[in-house]
Amino acid sequence: MEAWRLPLSPSIRGKLISAGYTCLSSIASVSSSDLARDANITEEEAFEILKLANQSCCNGSRSLINGAKNAWDMLHEEESLPRITTSCSDLDNILGGGISCRDVTEIGGVPGIGKTQIGIQLSVNVQIPRECGGLGGKAIYIDTEGSFMVERALQIAEACVEDMEEYTGYMHKHFQANQVQMKPEDILENIFYFRVCSYTEQIALVNHLEKFISENKDVKVVIVDSITFHFRQDYDDLAQRTRVLSEMALKFMKLAKKFSLAVVLLNQVTTKFSEGSFQLALALGDSWSHSCTNRVILYWNGDERYAYIDKSPSLPSASASYTVTSRGLRNSSSSSKRVKMM
Amino acid sequence: MSNKLIGEMGLHTKISNIFAARNIITAKDALSMTEFELMELLDVGMKEIRLAITLISEATSPPCQSARSLLERKVENEHLSGHLPTHLKGLDETLCGGIPFGVLTELVGPPGIGKSQFCMKLALSASFPVAYGGLDGRVIYIDVESKFSSRRVIEMGLKSFPEVFHLKGMAQEMAGRILVLRPTSLANFTESIQELKDSILQNQVKLLVIDSMTALLSGENKPGAQRQPQLGWHISFLKSLAEFSRIPIVVTNQVRSQNRDETSQYSFQAKLKDGLQEHTKTYDSHLVAALGINWAHAVTIRLVLEAKSGQRIIKVSKSPMSPPLAFPFHITSAGISLLSDNGTELKGPGINTIHARGHSDMINFHGDCS
Repeated sequence: MEAWRLPLSPSIRGKLISAGYTCLSSIASVSSSDLARDANITEEEAFEILKLANQSCCNGSRSLINGAKNAWDMLHEEESLPRITTSCSDLDNILGGGISCRDVTEIGGVPGIGKTQIGIQLSVNVQIPRECGGLGGKAIYIDTEGSFMVERALQIAEACVEDMEEYTGYMHKHFQANQVQMKPEDILENIFYFRVCSYTEQIALVNHLEKFISENKDVKVVIVDSITFHFRQDYDDLAQRTRVLSEMALKFMKLAKKFSLAVVLLNQVTTKFSEGSFQLALALGDSWSHSCTNRVILYWNGDERYAYIDKSPSLPSASASYTVTSRGLRNSSSSSKRVKMM
Repeated sequence: MSNKLIGEMGLHTKISNIFAARNIITAKDALSMTEFELMELLDVGMKEIRLAITLISEATSPPCQSARSLLERKVENEHLSGHLPTHLKGLDETLCGGIPFGVLTELVGPPGIGKSQFCMKLALSASFPVAYGGLDGRVIYIDVESKFSSRRVIEMGLKSFPEVFHLKGMAQEMAGRILVLRPTSLANFTESIQELKDSILQNQVKLLVIDSMTALLSGENKPGAQRQPQLGWHISFLKSLAEFSRIPIVVTNQVRSQNRDETSQYSFQAKLKDGLQEHTKTYDSHLVAALGINWAHAVTIRLVLEAKSGQRIIKVSKSPMSPPLAFPFHITSAGISLLSDNGTELKGPGINTIHARGHSDMINFHGDCS
């Protein structure tokens, strides 16, 4: 249930929401003094809010297990979740609207297929303001391989600004005249870039992200490009690698759920022997493939780049084509029979 | 960063001593284990472990920068925003200025196609003064197969930049800036590059060329499985070297034929039958770049030089900031030059395949262009 549905005065409601408390479960689990401090309100006000929150929650789920939510509330939450568009409508369609927030999505493919491109596109698209249908958030880009080319990010940001201007020009009557227009440099300003040089730093950064994101609550997407690189190079004990990786995956999931952001992990490929022949598979092994909620594989099909939903709890397996243009990711302009459902 | 000592991170003395007692001295030791394992090993409660790990992680994390400050720094500090011009107009435009600093660029192609020629020209242009489009610095050329010919370099210089080279003493100075190393084994190479790390900045080295990486690794007579970990260390080292010194590193790679068991399909592709084109095995689709898929992921820019129906082509096979364009080129006494500055855009698997059709006719051709 949304916090804005509580019967509160608008100023207090505004303070609550800007402190990050958008749904009741986050209010219910916090003490009144913490709430007062975070939302910059008095203790009595915080106490009132908690009382209201307790009353509004369903009695069933509160009394049975602490922290449980019933499926109906979860459905409402999921439906109201914003999704990050990939700028390619076919891809958005098979993803159910875009990359979902609160989930960890793994995207993998051969070198040169466009993983870094998708990463950069998402870090720009997350900043599309709410009025244009986006999230108006910031992005964290964790670069383990040095493949983030800032000139390319500038190109994509400029194309995005042009598209937004076209869109607001079309819908002009709905917006105020003093709308602040986003500039490509502003978009670059909102991408927090971390360069990780070893797996130790990668693990350290993932541990530190919780604190960083609580200081920068606008972050709505964390992109790791790529999750594999440092773990493939010189890790001796493979069993320990699996354990460390699973712990990292759990931390990402916790981050995604806690701050309602999307985590996108880019992965590399390797060959593995299965079913009597060598096939391509995403790197880091079978145990890792269980760790992520959603999995998208990018591959070549004939002359075109395709994306395939390999694993998802709610989306059917489907593939769609996309192209990488100078303006970023876009629909491929070929025939209409592109989206194939399994 | 990963070798930061735990003792210096400001942890509570008691827990710091416990870590040291169990031989967990650097951040790497502490973070390589899961929290549960640490709890077992140190006999300390989960809450204290979590607190300690949080502090260690914060101290070890890399700093944050905004993408905008990255761009500003590049534009201000680096020559031509961090690019080494190749003097091939079409290629330079596609690569937003030239070979980028701070990343690995790979040249791959069949033998005799012109990889070493390209490298020699690059080495020459890097040694030039800034006024002529160079980097005014030293070049380290690691020549494994003895393909470097100083006579050829001077010939290229005289023909392509006559106004510079005919000045008195210029040829000697330019050639004097190119330092050629001929390592005899992988161990020798490893030692040399480790030494390089410290001296690059002091000696104004502006370009590192490794010709070729494959020859170094194939010289080792170990079976295939052993090669992976060796390559892993070198990949990480070269990448971090490029980044910290902000220099371009150009590496050449060879080709090999594709094994019969190799495939480029995923398991789900067999089930998807939508217009999947069967791989028609023609004569020339059997070549792939050597050094494997791990290496292919590690290089940032891959330039493929190939021969198709007697025409040499250079194509940008992998680049985060350019479309996959192919340019025809030929080799003259002045080095490599493009026959057309307008590249043709490639689609599909054509981007990654390496052709050598009609190639043998070219190598036997006497004369100065094909």
